Amino acid sequence: MSKLTLKTEGDRYIVVTRRFVAPPEAVYRAHTEPELLQQWLLGPDGWTMPVCISELRPGGRIRFEWTDGRGRGFYQTGEYLELEPFSRIVHVGRMHLPDPTPDNHVETRFAPDGDGTLMTMRMTLPDAETRAAMLATGMEHGMEDSYARLDRMS
Amino acid sequence: MANLDAAFSALADPTRRAILARLALGEATVMELVEPFELTQPAISRHLKVLEGAGLIVRRAEGTKRPCRLAPTAVAEIDQWLGMLRRALETNYDRLDGVLAAMKPEK
Repeated sequence: MSKLTLKTEGDRYIVVTRRFVAPPEAVYRAHTEPELLQQWLLGPDGWTMPVCISELRPGGRIRFEWTDGRGRGFYQTGEYLELEPFSRIVHVGRMHLPDPTPDNHVETRFAPDGDGTLMTMRMTLPDAETRAAMLATGMEHGMEDSYARLDRMS
Repeated sequence: MANLDAAFSALADPTRRAILARLALGEATVMELVEPFELTQPAISRHLKVLEGAGLIVRRAEGTKRPCRLAPTAVAEIDQWLGMLRRALETNYDRLDGVLAAMKPEK
């Protein structure tokens, strides 16, 4: 299967690539339509996204709320800046952990690649404080496991 | 604690990454790094200064020499964060593969 690549670009960006066995239109839709986003943009198993707002126009609002169903959760707000169906999305987003993190500027491109799509996502590298906060959210699998163990102990 | 922003900046340079890879094999002096990298001693020293400032390497005094070695904790911190991001993305995109496969009959 197609493997994910992840690399830093200078000291400000992270570039992620991933190939999908579906045309760009389908991958673009899965990145922008709430009923599709809610099926995969979730993090570790067990997390759901009960609130998914995606106003698909430049300036349109983005709001994703995640919960683990056990009282823990966090949310992300943002705005679409540029939309080129079905090839390019530019948006800004910020996590609320619960304090808002600095804006993450993300450009996502979908290019035809044989019978599939090559996605290239270029995002802002979060600052050290944001990285520490993200590590502490439970988005990380190992951490999720430790929380699960803690839950069993309490 | 290492400055992660400085560390990412230091890691952006291919020569500095190569120096770190060499130091992963063991301690080395400036002179021992000059030869394999075909750089001048001042050039190597400049790279080492950046790596040291970013908390990626530590140096000790041994007579007039100052051998360098990796500072394991700084590397571990960066790896931990990038590793978290990678795992989160891999989990999501594996799920997305399933979503895309289910979308196909609609076409």
